[in-house]
Amino acid sequence: MNVALLQTAALGHRAVVRTARQPANVVFPLVFPMLLLAVNSGGLQSATRLPGFPTDSFLAFALAVPFVQGALLATINANVEFARDIQTGFLNRLALTPVRGIVLLLGQLGGLMTIAVIQAVFYLAVGYAFGVRLASGVGGAFMLLVLEIVIALGFAALGSWAALRTGSTEAVQGLFPVFFVFLFLSSMNMPRNLIQADWFRWVATVNPVSYLVEAVRSLVIEGWNWEALALGFAAAGALSVIGFALSAHALYRRLERT
Amino acid sequence: MERENSIEAHGLVREFKKGPRAVDGIDLRVEPGEIYGFLGPNGAGKSTTVHMLTTLLPPTAGTATVAGFDVVKEGPKVRKAIGAALQEAALDPFLTGREHLRLQTTMHGITGEERRRRSDELLTRVGLTQAADRKIKGYSGGMKRRLDLALALVHRPRILFLDEPTTGLDVQSRTALWVEVGRLAKEEGVTVFLTTQYLEEADVLADRVGIIDHGTIVAEGTPETLKSEISSSTVEAVPADPAQRLAVASVLERFGEQTTGYGPGSVAVQLSSPNGNLTEIVRALDADGVVLAQLQIHEPTLDDVFLAKTGRHLEGSGDDEEQGQELEAEPAQV
Amino acid sequence: MKDTLAVARGVSWRVLHMFFTNPAFLLPSLAFPLFFFTAFVGGLSRISQVPGFDFPTGYTAFQFVFVLLQSAAFAGVFTGFGIARDFESGFMRRLMLAAPNRSGILLGYLLSALVRWLTVASVVTVVALLAQMNVGGNGVDLIGLYTLALLLNLAGALWAAGVAMRLRTQQAAPVMQMPVFLLLFFAPVYVPLALLKGWIHGVASVNPITPLLEAGRGFISGEPELALAAFAIGFGLALGFGVWAVRGLRSAEAAG
Repeated sequence: MNVALLQTAALGHRAVVRTARQPANVVFPLVFPMLLLAVNSGGLQSATRLPGFPTDSFLAFALAVPFVQGALLATINANVEFARDIQTGFLNRLALTPVRGIVLLLGQLGGLMTIAVIQAVFYLAVGYAFGVRLASGVGGAFMLLVLEIVIALGFAALGSWAALRTGSTEAVQGLFPVFFVFLFLSSMNMPRNLIQADWFRWVATVNPVSYLVEAVRSLVIEGWNWEALALGFAAAGALSVIGFALSAHALYRRLERT
Repeated sequence: MERENSIEAHGLVREFKKGPRAVDGIDLRVEPGEIYGFLGPNGAGKSTTVHMLTTLLPPTAGTATVAGFDVVKEGPKVRKAIGAALQEAALDPFLTGREHLRLQTTMHGITGEERRRRSDELLTRVGLTQAADRKIKGYSGGMKRRLDLALALVHRPRILFLDEPTTGLDVQSRTALWVEVGRLAKEEGVTVFLTTQYLEEADVLADRVGIIDHGTIVAEGTPETLKSEISSSTVEAVPADPAQRLAVASVLERFGEQTTGYGPGSVAVQLSSPNGNLTEIVRALDADGVVLAQLQIHEPTLDDVFLAKTGRHLEGSGDDEEQGQELEAEPAQV
Repeated sequence: MKDTLAVARGVSWRVLHMFFTNPAFLLPSLAFPLFFFTAFVGGLSRISQVPGFDFPTGYTAFQFVFVLLQSAAFAGVFTGFGIARDFESGFMRRLMLAAPNRSGILLGYLLSALVRWLTVASVVTVVALLAQMNVGGNGVDLIGLYTLALLLNLAGALWAAGVAMRLRTQQAAPVMQMPVFLLLFFAPVYVPLALLKGWIHGVASVNPITPLLEAGRGFISGEPELALAAFAIGFGLALGFGVWAVRGLRSAEAAG
């Protein structure tokens, strides 16, 4: 058991180090969501004047989005590297060791979750620097980090599934626009009850990403909204479970080792 | 105990869906402490065989045991006993050499002080101590191969698989690797299964050679035995006056059958008798008034063996597809 | 002149052949503008109820203009990606060796950028009309709108071409794309300029894209404004980046 933990830690450490040593993979997931946040919070500040808008700061309202977006970007990048491991034969190298398949997967996912948490701390710090205060306080910040871990696990597991299933960096990169669509067709820019177009409101309601954003948002602007948190954790948890099951199966098929 | 360092395969087959039979019934036995050279062109089935013997691919049919363990039923035990440096160096460009060793030792359950000691020992052995803390993307091809070998040895395996370990290396790096592989076998009793497409490598390094083509072994034995069984020497003559080429050919054909594949303007004849008399040949040429610019005797090579068994030369006879495609004929299926 | 046109025809034919026969190129070019249009109109239409949001033809038309200009700019930028790819593959060297007049190469890429955008613009326009977009402008107004978009397409293509010719690697893609992205999004994307507050208002006020956007919205609503300034900026951008691109071509020639 001890050896398995050490192996998981070593693989997770590698995922983190590899990301840290590629400036583009560090800077982009940090900067791009902040850029979009700046654009959207500046451009949509007037939306706070709509009757029923839950806050008078669009920055606070939109701060939830980078947590989801950043998790997505980081896990896509890291899973591209995972696909590269398959292409270059590095996965075979690991498969030739006594390490169990599940440890290979857990190590990869653990590394990605670590990266997501580091990013989340950065986003919190930026939000704080620009005057956003969490309605849920310090406890809410910790809850936010926990939620971020589960969100990142969901995206990471789905990305790992794509990497293992296809062994192709292009296929994993191709996931980004797909997730991007899910993010945009959500309540990221407008509370769901204020979305005017019925069809869009319906799409946002069935879109699990809406619940991820709303859960994070609730901690920022509302305080402790247990319903929103429950839905957010449920959505993230479901993505994680599905993603993990898919990626475990894909790993089993990919390794083929006896 | 003797089985512990051996490799055996019986009727080993690997078939890919919608693809060729990459390995089509291989029988082989590698003795403990032996260096077995597995020689063949690109696409012959060498790497697929290695992948099956190292448990990375299950065979479609047939059986194999490595270090006394069945490759299908006792995969984890096989992996504990073997080390492998596969065709791709498979290194992470963003990690250093030392970090690779750290990761590999951890994967093998070697931790703490023993991990550090073993890493230092291997870095010294492969001559990478100075470069240990540099990232792999700064390594030359030879350095990567040496690190690859070190990683294959972290857990002191009894059997070592090397899949085309010197492809792309300069002469110096290649020679250094040969020396180390030879030492492992002779001094430490490690059994080495080496695939190569280089005749010289098989000739110099291997105790025994298996020649594979289109998934089957076409010849097997020591390099000397194989060469002597197949053919005798070839005489190659280059006339001083190209107009005398026909005259040279008519003289030489008295001593054997004309063959091709030698220099332009030359005439080459494979001698009918293994102990062909060079003096007689020279006298015959002289009697016919032929003046030679050059006269050479070529001893048989493993390429001659391959030619005799398959009808074509080994070098340049590989499939157009790269080796990787041999293994990628079956994409992962849900 | 004849040589230049012949070269341009050849180059543009090749790029467009690749574009239209390769789903990996065609589909994202069509999908992204449509997606932005759908997401902005669908998700943000409530914004039009903010006090002070006075746009006569509705939020669909308001966003259509942004998406049209955005698609024009990015169709130009994607052409730059293609130029960089041709450099990396060595195909550009073949073109430069074969072309009697190398300016024709640049012209060919520009023509292909234009045709690419016209294709996308047609699809986006049809979709917007099917979404019951109100059009207040007349024929002249609409010609004005599409001309502005055309100028932006040229400017985007020339900017990206200049970068590609200087850096000659696909890794230059972020250099081509990011400034265009920032310029587009630091403009009044979601609401008119008057409804922006704070730093974003300041940035948008000096952003050259803003007059193009406002003029375009004026055209589609039938209440043209800032047209002269917008066309001046559009022509200025196209001309300025034209010089940038030609100098880039010379730099690529000198590099061999």
